Amino acid sequence: MPERGATPPISRMSRRALRAIGNFTSPLAPDDYLELVNPLWSTRELRGRVERVEPAGGDAVTVTIKPGWEWERHRPGQYLRLGIEVDGVHHWRAYSLTSDPERPDGRISITPKLVSGGKVSPYLCRRVRPGAIVRLGGVEGTFVLPDPLPPRLLFVSAGSGITPIVSMLRSLARREALDDVVHVHCARSTEQVIFRGELDELHGRHRGYRLNEWLSGTHGRLTPAQLQELCPDWREREAFVCGPAGLLSTLGERWREAGDPARMHVERFQPAEELGEGERGCGGEIDLCVSGIRAHSDGSQPILLAGEQAGAELPHGCRMGICHSCVGRLRSGQVRDLRTGRVHGQPGELLRTCINAPEGAIEIEL
Amino acid sequence: MSATATAAPPLQPPAEARPPLQPPAGAPLQPPAEARPPQSSPNPDRAANPARSARRGAGKGARFASAAEPENPLHRLTPEQIEQLGRELDALHEEIYADLGERDARYIRATIRLHRQLALGGRALLLGSRRRPLWLAGTAALSIAKILENMEIGHNVLHGQWDWMNDPDINSRTWDWDTASPAEAWRHSHNYEHHTFTNIRGKDRDLGYEIMRIDPHQRWHPVYLLQPLYNLLLMGFFEWGVALHDLNFEALRKGEKSKEQLVAELKAIGVKARRQAVKDYIAWPALSGRSWRSTLTANFTANIVRNVWAHSIIFCGHFPDQTYTFSEKEVENETRGGWYVRQLLGSANIEGGPLFHFLSGNLGFQVEHHLFPDLPSNRYREVAPRVREICERYGLPYNSGPLHRQLGSVHRTILRLALPGGRPRPKPKV
Repeated sequence: MPERGATPPISRMSRRALRAIGNFTSPLAPDDYLELVNPLWSTRELRGRVERVEPAGGDAVTVTIKPGWEWERHRPGQYLRLGIEVDGVHHWRAYSLTSDPERPDGRISITPKLVSGGKVSPYLCRRVRPGAIVRLGGVEGTFVLPDPLPPRLLFVSAGSGITPIVSMLRSLARREALDDVVHVHCARSTEQVIFRGELDELHGRHRGYRLNEWLSGTHGRLTPAQLQELCPDWREREAFVCGPAGLLSTLGERWREAGDPARMHVERFQPAEELGEGERGCGGEIDLCVSGIRAHSDGSQPILLAGEQAGAELPHGCRMGICHSCVGRLRSGQVRDLRTGRVHGQPGELLRTCINAPEGAIEIEL
Repeated sequence: MSATATAAPPLQPPAEARPPLQPPAGAPLQPPAEARPPQSSPNPDRAANPARSARRGAGKGARFASAAEPENPLHRLTPEQIEQLGRELDALHEEIYADLGERDARYIRATIRLHRQLALGGRALLLGSRRRPLWLAGTAALSIAKILENMEIGHNVLHGQWDWMNDPDINSRTWDWDTASPAEAWRHSHNYEHHTFTNIRGKDRDLGYEIMRIDPHQRWHPVYLLQPLYNLLLMGFFEWGVALHDLNFEALRKGEKSKEQLVAELKAIGVKARRQAVKDYIAWPALSGRSWRSTLTANFTANIVRNVWAHSIIFCGHFPDQTYTFSEKEVENETRGGWYVRQLLGSANIEGGPLFHFLSGNLGFQVEHHLFPDLPSNRYREVAPRVREICERYGLPYNSGPLHRQLGSVHRTILRLALPGGRPRPKPKV
């Protein structure tokens, strides 16, 4: 089922009024006519209009979007699913929100970096024009600053991994809460640093913010030892790390060996080998009702993987729980979310097969 | 890049390479030479006097036509030719499909926008429908809107022609259309049943819509005497006929469909019926205040216009004289290439300009639609010359004709076959 934008916050009375007007438009909805005037006026789906596209350095652009409805504040560090039409086809991608949630003008921004060979980022970086309509999906993500704020923070980012962190920095700067933040950002060269101007400005204006640029082009990839040098007190800081898988695994190992892994927060842009830290369950039999194939998971394999191993062709996308392309309707049984360990499941519930494993026998309509 | 064409196959392969001819089921074995239809015999007598030959063949109460059964072009092709044809058509499909992009997306969006503007505009005009000019203009706009919505938009979106866009609204799974047929039932009986079993006697329930005798192979029954009359009724109330037709009473009789399923489907039709009735016959008339009576007649008229137009175009799809029907035996072990040939032979096009095609849901390209049901309708025009060329090379007919001729032949058939007997109409020479 094609993905659609999030449901806008509409009052119950408005919905009732819309249903009444629907008697004049059925099978269309009043929205279908409102759209003719302004595509943002959709009560079924949250949409946005691109207002500005500016280069952000390092092959990235910042796309500023005006949401069709008042933006329900996200938490800095979270990401948004964005639907955009490229050459006639709708594509959905997850982008970290780079804007401060409390922006007075109510706009949001994302900063996609050009991925050569990609479909959406070349469009966003080179072709999208102000006025383009995008679909705004749900906001998700657990890579957020805790509340209350820890006294000392460490940000480690590489390349486009800076995007969730910049949202945090902007929010902290506005709140005047940049008391003791060390930021190590890795890029191949100075030109490749996204938001370079803004970061330098922050570094200059706020004494509590210390930026270290690690240029991997000259010094090679950042190692835990080098991080130790740049930030000797890393163990006492709440750490937020976002970058390529290699960096995340080497630093993750370091934290596990010599630090407190509970104080290291990681944001992945690529799926990892291990889906999550949730407790593994008992697994079970999977009955794929539509194809008739039966699969089995030992508790560590998500439904998607188990089904594919049994020979089924199952829909999938990002394979990490973001895009919802793999969604199927549960007919019976319970599943365990491999990211969190949470067991859940109601008959008729739509769930993502890439992140859920069966907890006992299940039937799913795929 | 055009489809790779291997050397054109010889039209008449040596006799020993041809598979043994399978006579169409129900037809007598090789009829004597004089009884063959005019085009395959040089007999001047026969050509000059078709009436005499018809009378000679059709005995009273004969189950099917005279001994003059037209040779199905399917039997002239070797299995290799059929497979090659299949590959060529597959390649053509791939080529067009790979080319789909922004201009196609813009086309369907513009069409949908036009429909909504026409519908809203028409209904706005009809708010003052007491005045004759407003009634006429409003009804015309609304009729065209309903026609576009049903044919160019509804039928095509529900076919999945626009699913490639990954649009959450314009896709076959979530789209609903303004007719008594619920989308799910329609998709099953049309996309699956009709397009798979096209023109197979006994399997394609669209042949005569189960209530009419449209093919001389169908056994005659006195009830068919009334078919010209109930065809008129079907014309005016086509959306209801289709909704009922989708229920598939035959399956219910055979026990393939449960009573519970039937009740569920009837309920779904009930919901559609209620919504349309409320919209067209209560809500908008009520909004028209003093013009309520004329708005009601206007809306009723618009529905009738849409039904009649849709019926006419759709009946031209498979019933004109040029088309062939098939027996179940003939299509046993049908390959993909064979499926293509059946779609070709069982469909007929209507010639017309761009506006005509736009207003008839591009179903004037019935042949192309049946070969490639999931290709966006705006592409059929460019595919047509390529299909025609392929037909020429393989010695297959490309059924086509102007609207009056196609429709005329359909109505003549309905009248003729209301009476017992009748024989397959002469097919154009290839």
